[in-house]
Amino acid sequence: MTDPMRMRIIRKEDVADIKMLIFHPMETGYRKNTVTGEIVPKHFIKTLQAQHNGSTVLEVQWSRSVSRNPFLHFRLRGASAGDEIVIAWQDNFGETGGTTAKIK
Amino acid sequence: MLAGVMMFPLRLIAAQWNDKAFNEVDYADSLRSVGAVDLVESDLITLKTPEIAENGSIVPIQVSSEIPGTQRIFVFAEKNPQPLVASFTFHKGVDPFFATRIKMGESASVHVVALADGKYFMASRYVKVTIGGCGE
Repeated sequence: MTDPMRMRIIRKEDVADIKMLIFHPMETGYRKNTVTGEIVPKHFIKTLQAQHNGSTVLEVQWSRSVSRNPFLHFRLRGASAGDEIVIAWQDNFGETGGTTAKIK
Repeated sequence: MLAGVMMFPLRLIAAQWNDKAFNEVDYADSLRSVGAVDLVESDLITLKTPEIAENGSIVPIQVSSEIPGTQRIFVFAEKNPQPLVASFTFHKGVDPFFATRIKMGESASVHVVALADGKYFMASRYVKVTIGGCGE
């Protein structure tokens, strides 16, 4: 399995900056395969959620207009060392992914 | 990493995706489909984009709202085939802030709409795109 995503959390006092890079093609359905000339089917992440210690703090809906290998940065308050962050995403093929990390 | 471990909590969330709004091909229709009516321009929304995007397939944007009670923020690229790009819902514990990277098919205005206490506010910036990115 390829590296599905990377996440970095930088905490200063109770504010955590959470940045992630998700490895996903985010195909629009408009691109043609350069060899076969066939349209590459749309394949994109539709939804993503972030949880902080089990509570959903952020819900994202994305379109095909989000860049390949999506980058997302959001900011959490009330963060403490040892808190758990869970990221989950779902795409239009029904594939899912995510990661979990502890705040340092 | 930990791909097998983290799947369990994900099932707790019933993810919503606004099919109608994301499929609208007209900007005004996409605004209506997210419920954005009586829009008020607001300088309490900060929208950062490049003035010129060399590559339309990677246009960085950063958005924050200082409007009290901001619950949701929508991103539109006015001339994309489907203008609604993204929707963010902020719950207790996160700032109404995000940065991401979007595709733009051609030079156009990027609009962000914030929903706060049932009212809709907007900020916009024009981005000149050198090479369009919707075929990417």
